[in-house]
Amino acid sequence: MMESLIILYGALPYLLRGSLVTIAVVVGAMLLGLVVGICIAAGQVYGGKWLRRIIGVYIWFFRGVPLLVLLFLFYFGLCSLLNINLSAFTVSIIVLGLITSAYQSQIFRGAIMSLPEGQLKAAHALGMSDRKAVMLIVLPQALRLSIPGWSNEYSIVLKDSAVTYALGVAEIMARAHFVASRTYEQLPMYFAAGIIFLILTYLGTKGLRILENKVKIPGYSS
Amino acid sequence: MADKTPILRIENMTKRYGDKEVLKDASLSINKGELKVLIGPSGGGKSTFLQCINFLVKPDRGRLWLDGREIIRARKKEIYGYRQKVGMIFQDFNLFDHLTALRNVRIALVRVKGMNKDEAQDRAIRELDRVGLKSYMHQYPAELSGGQKQRVSIARALAMDPEIMLLDEPTSALDPELISEVLDVIRDVRSDGMTMIMSTHQIGFASEMADEFVFLEDGFIVETGPPEKILYKAQYARTREFCSKITELYGNSF
Amino acid sequence: MEELFFLQPEVVSALVKGFCVSVKLIVPSAIFGFIIGIIVGALMIYGNAFTKKIVDGYVLIFRGFPLVVQLFIWYFGLPYIGIYLSPFVAAVLGFSLCSGAYQSEYVRGAFLSVKTGQTMAAQALGFSKIKMVFFITLPQAFRRALPGCGNEIIYLIKYSSLAYMITCIELTGEGKIIASDSFRYTETFMVIGAIYLLMTSVTAWLLHRLEYRLQLPGFEQYS
Ligand SMILES: Nc1ncnc2c1ncn2[C@@H]1O[C@H](COP(=O)(O)OP(=O)(O)OP(=O)(O)O)[C@@H](O)[C@H]1O
Ligand SMILES: [Mg+2]
Repeated sequence: MMESLIILYGALPYLLRGSLVTIAVVVGAMLLGLVVGICIAAGQVYGGKWLRRIIGVYIWFFRGVPLLVLLFLFYFGLCSLLNINLSAFTVSIIVLGLITSAYQSQIFRGAIMSLPEGQLKAAHALGMSDRKAVMLIVLPQALRLSIPGWSNEYSIVLKDSAVTYALGVAEIMARAHFVASRTYEQLPMYFAAGIIFLILTYLGTKGLRILENKVKIPGYSS
Repeated sequence: MADKTPILRIENMTKRYGDKEVLKDASLSINKGELKVLIGPSGGGKSTFLQCINFLVKPDRGRLWLDGREIIRARKKEIYGYRQKVGMIFQDFNLFDHLTALRNVRIALVRVKGMNKDEAQDRAIRELDRVGLKSYMHQYPAELSGGQKQRVSIARALAMDPEIMLLDEPTSALDPELISEVLDVIRDVRSDGMTMIMSTHQIGFASEMADEFVFLEDGFIVETGPPEKILYKAQYARTREFCSKITELYGNSF
Repeated sequence: MEELFFLQPEVVSALVKGFCVSVKLIVPSAIFGFIIGIIVGALMIYGNAFTKKIVDGYVLIFRGFPLVVQLFIWYFGLPYIGIYLSPFVAAVLGFSLCSGAYQSEYVRGAFLSVKTGQTMAAQALGFSKIKMVFFITLPQAFRRALPGCGNEIIYLIKYSSLAYMITCIELTGEGKIIASDSFRYTETFMVIGAIYLLMTSVTAWLLHRLEYRLQLPGFEQYS
C-alpha cells in the first residue's frame, strides 16, 4: 500500500505533464469545433437547400462513425494517401475538432433558432447586411446561450481525448499505461488517471460557469 | 330533502408544515345529500383541508368517520378502499396524460375496482355521455380544452360510484367562457343527490347551491352557516370583510 | 482484382467475424446498461440517504472517468487484485457500467418529469403505490426517457470500438489487422466506418420508429 503510494507520488509529475498535452489537444479541438461549428450552424439556418443537404451529410458522418475509426482513417490512411506529414498530435486535434464541430453546430443552431425573429428584422431595418446582422446581432446573443451546452461538450471531448493514446499521443492515459506496465501498479495508476480527468472536467466546467456569469446580460437565462 | 345521518364526520384535523400550522383543529360533519362550500382567502387552507380529508396529505392529528366507521390512517388497504368511495376533483384536472378520455375514466374501474374490461368500458362511456363528452372519448388530454378536461375528471370520479365528492376550486383554472359548462355538470350531479364538499370563489353559484358555507381563514374554521347568513349577517368581522370583498368582485346572482 | 479486394473471401469473413463480435458486445451491454440505468435512476429518487450517496458516487466516477480508463481498469487493473477477466467480459462490464451511469440520468429526469398531480389523482382514485407506479408513472416516464436512452445506445455502438484497445478483436480490430496486412489503410477504415455508420443509422431509425409508435398528444419530443 505504502509502496504503491510512493510510486504513484513519483509518477505524478510525469502524469501531470501528460495533462498539459491533454489540455492542448482538447483546447485545440474545441476551438476548431467552435469555428467550424458556427459556420455549419449558420449554413444550416440561413443556407440554401443544397448547402443544408451537404451539411446534413457532414453531421451524419461525424456523429455516426466512432472516434477510433476516424483517428485510424485520418492518421494511417488519408495522411499518407494525400502525402501530408502530420503528427499524431495534430491529427488528434483535427479529428476531435471535426467530430465536436458536428455536435457543437447543433448547440449553436438551437441557440440561433431560439432568438426572437424580431432581432434579425430590426438589424435589417437598420440597413445591416445579412453577414453583419449575423455577426453583430445574432452571434453575440446565440453564443451566450450556448455556453452551458458547450460546457457539456467540453467534458465529452476531454474524456474522448484519452482515445488518442491509440495513436501514441503522450497524453495522460498513455503515460499512465506506460508507468503501469513498468511498475506493475496498474490499478492505482489508472485510477489516478481517472481522477486527473475528473479534476480537469471540474475545472473546465467551473471556468465556463464563471465565463457565463461574466458575459451574462439581464433578461437572459438559460 | 337531505336526510340527517352524517355520512362523513371529521374531528380536530390538524396539519402543520414545519412549525406553521396550516390547518387547526378543523371539525366538520356532512349529511347525505348535502353540499358544503369552503370559502376563504387564498392560503387559508382550503386545499390542505380537502386533501387531508382524502389523506392525500397526511394530517398530523384528527379523526375521521365515513358512514359511522372510523378510518384508520395506518391501515393502507383501508385507505385505498376509502379513497374509492371519495371522489376528488382537482383545480388543475390531473387527467392522466398518457391515456385517452375513455381510458382515463376506465383505468381505475379495471385496475382498482377489478371490474372486467367490457363492463368498465360501458360504464365509462355512460359517464362520459353524462358530462356531454361521449364524442371526445378517444381524445388525449392534450387535445381537450380546460372545461372538457374538468368534465372528464368529473366523469372519472363519478364512475367510481363515490359516496361523497371533494371538489377543490373546480373552475378556477378555466377561462371565463368555459366556467359555465363545468358548473352545469356540477349542478346536474348535485341534483342527483350527490354529497359534496367544494371550495370555490364562484360565490354566486355556490350560494345558489350550497346548504352551508364554511369560512376558513389561516387554517381556522371561523364560522359556518347558511349562505345568506354568512354573506350578509355574519357573526365575525373577518367573515363580513371577506364576504363583502368577494361579493363585490364576483357579484351575486341570486 | 485491385477493385475486388473487399470481396475476397478472407477479407469478407474477417469483417463478418468482427461485425459479429461487435454485435455480441453491443447487445448485452445495451441491455445491462438500460437495466442498471433504471435501477440507479429509481434509487436516485426513491432511495434513502445511504443508497443515494452510493449511487451518486457511482455516477460521478463512471461518467467522470473516460471510458478508455474504465476499460483499462477492468482489463489491466483488476489482475492487480487477483481478478482476471477475458477481454470480452471486461469490455461488456465496462460498457454496461458506463452506459448505465449515463442512462440513469435520463431515467431520473423522466421520473421527475411526471407531475405530482398525476400521482395525486391516482391515489385519490384508490390506486396502491405499486399499481400507481406500474400504470401511471412508468408509462409516462418511459416515453420521456426514450430519446435520451436511445441516444446512449447510439453512443454505445460507437464506443464499442474501444474494445479493440483492450485486445478484444471486434470490427475495428479486424479492420486494423486487414489494413496492416494489406497496407490499404484508407479503404479499410472507410469500409469499417461505413459499417458503423450503417449500424448507428439503422439503430437511430429503429428508435425513431419506436418513439413514433409510442408517441401521444402531449408527449411530443422536440429534438
Ligand atoms: N407542501 C407544502 N409545504 C409547505 N407549505 C404548504 C404546502 N402546501 C401548502 N402550504 C401552505 O399552507 C397554507 C394553506 O394552503 P392551501 O393551498 O391549503 O390554501 P388554499 O386556501 O387552498 O388557497 P388557494 O385559494 O390559493 O388555493 C398556505 O400558506 C401554503 O403556503
Ligand atoms: Mg387551493
